[in-house]
Amino acid sequence: MNQLRRPIEFVKDRLGFETLIKPLDHNAPPETTEGKSQWAYIFGFGILFSFLLQITTGIVLATNYVPSPESAYESVEFITYEVRFGDTIRAMHWIGASAMVILVLIHAMRVFLTASYKYPREFNWISGVVLLYLTFGMALSGQLLRWDQDGVWTVMVAANFAGRVPFVGEHIAQFVLAGETVSGSTLTQTYALHVFILPIAMVLLIGLHLFLVTYHGISELPKAGKPVNPETYKQEYEEYVEKHQRPYWPQGIWNELFFGGLVVTIIVSLAFFLGPRDLAASPDLTDLDSQPQPDWFIVWYYALISIKPHGYEEVFLVYLPLGFFLFLLILPLIAGKGERHPSKRPFAILGLSVVAGLFIMLTVVGLRAPWVPDYETEPLQAEQLGTQDERILEGARVFHERGCQYCHQVHREGGEWGPDLTEVSTRMGSEQIAVRIVQGIGNMPAYQDILTTEEVDLLVEFLNEVDELGPRADE
Amino acid sequence: MTSKPSMLYRISGGRFGRPPAKPETGCPGGCGCARAVAGGSGIQQTTTRRNFLRRNFLGFVGVGMAGFAATLAGIPIIGALFSTPARSEQIWHVVGEVDDFPVDETVKVEFVDVEAVPWSGPAARNAAWLRRTDEESFIAFSVYCTHVGCPVSWRAGASLFICPCHGGVFDREGEVVAGPPQSPLVRLDVRVQDGDVQILASPVPVTGERPS
Ligand code: FES
Repeated sequence: MNQLRRPIEFVKDRLGFETLIKPLDHNAPPETTEGKSQWAYIFGFGILFSFLLQITTGIVLATNYVPSPESAYESVEFITYEVRFGDTIRAMHWIGASAMVILVLIHAMRVFLTASYKYPREFNWISGVVLLYLTFGMALSGQLLRWDQDGVWTVMVAANFAGRVPFVGEHIAQFVLAGETVSGSTLTQTYALHVFILPIAMVLLIGLHLFLVTYHGISELPKAGKPVNPETYKQEYEEYVEKHQRPYWPQGIWNELFFGGLVVTIIVSLAFFLGPRDLAASPDLTDLDSQPQPDWFIVWYYALISIKPHGYEEVFLVYLPLGFFLFLLILPLIAGKGERHPSKRPFAILGLSVVAGLFIMLTVVGLRAPWVPDYETEPLQAEQLGTQDERILEGARVFHERGCQYCHQVHREGGEWGPDLTEVSTRMGSEQIAVRIVQGIGNMPAYQDILTTEEVDLLVEFLNEVDELGPRADE
Repeated sequence: MTSKPSMLYRISGGRFGRPPAKPETGCPGGCGCARAVAGGSGIQQTTTRRNFLRRNFLGFVGVGMAGFAATLAGIPIIGALFSTPARSEQIWHVVGEVDDFPVDETVKVEFVDVEAVPWSGPAARNAAWLRRTDEESFIAFSVYCTHVGCPVSWRAGASLFICPCHGGVFDREGEVVAGPPQSPLVRLDVRVQDGDVQILASPVPVTGERPS
């Protein structure tokens, strides 16, 4: 036993281990280290673990990635198909990124719920919000590095968003694109951003964030009717943790270690079974039939600007998101004291539910993206319609060829942007249908100059009958 | 209200960080100031100031030098990082001969953006939509949706430009007929010279004019 202890003592002594862990060796509020409530305090560790995993997988990817516009796409293909475990590494990086985004959002929500951003932890929150934005910045720039159609167009959209920011927009956009349009420079600069600039900024900020957590201590669970008073808060906090004598080290770290491990385990297993995000086609700015798919964490924005009410363009596109980002940043400066308990902050909780609800709703809608025209849709055939009537079939052909079917479904075939027209004859008469086609309404373009009278007639006949026909399988 | 020693100080047992300034000195300025006050009691103020300057001379020199160095190094670093290439001259790109284009048909034309960095590879290739309106005249549209810049696609059957991103639709004249975009597709200048059709394509998307 003694034999074993000696080397351990040696290392401990010479490395100054005791001092090394000193920042962790302090009393923490008991509810943060034991009981059910300790599980509210684990998310930060999950983020830290997934961040470390991102760094590791990122380094592995960098050993094979070529940040040149000519070769980037091929090198990603090489990583995916040739490098041993390459696809798993890519998947880990992609799923890890998603996990980080999710965990960062949950972590921020938890801190908001318990109002832990109030005095004296204002800068814990502010550094955290900046980290949140950097996380999104990493996710966005990572998309471009795939250098496929999706990534390229997403950056184009991001630059357009930036370009509309008042005053400095043009400059930000030029910076994002490293020029005036997507080009070779865009890729190299984004690479430097993704691999050096943003991660270094994150490491520094994470350092500050963690330092602040130990410096101000972990925030205790809020009690209703016990508002934060900057005059007395620090002293009360000290007295509280001293009274309970529950050191953070090492009890407080076990559940966090467990959670961090769980997060990594889930990421790796998912990566193993799901594999990486499919590569879209190689980037080609002249391929105008491509339908860029943004990564999921940005989809809410696509949905927001797609389904917003008509008008208010700049408001929804720019000011609303921008205002919200800014609001998050300065939140502790405008609400730095007072009640922390959710039951005493009804408006804050309402706001949080609205924002979280919107985020989820917009993401779900955005992933379905009903406004995306369905170019792949096939014309309905005689067998499907169960008729040999020449005019009806001709109508079905026109319905497809003239693009009605990009946005309208008939018997489950077609796009989803406009209403399903299978049963349109029960809602509208022939006359009305014809007028609607010719004059358009709302998002329905007027087809006056596009269709011949004959074609309009065919369409009306087809739409009048189609309800009665239809796939036999359905019945 | 005096606060207790900061937590870091407490947990470090005083082994790192210095002890917090004693509140009794009543001097928020830190030790230099505290010492100046202590040493300056009863002495004329000018002396105090001179003393203060002398004591802190090396401090000023050090901070000044470091600041100077940071600025000096920072100028080229920040400058290079945020350098955007000078707005490139607009150039006429030949996209084909007049007779390549049937009247009244909207077609895609491609050209290479010669201003792009030489290693731009696929990213240097650009496209535009072109329609011959009669024997001699053409109109051309930028392919970037005026909403947030996705590529609009000409669907000949529907006679519409359709944007895949958020449901923007433009008619063949580039006017918005559906979806969120607010301004018509950006028109590019076209000319015919020596039987060649030429397009004046500026680097469009973000910074291009946005006619309203
Ligand atoms: S980019 Fe075309 S509709 Fe949004």
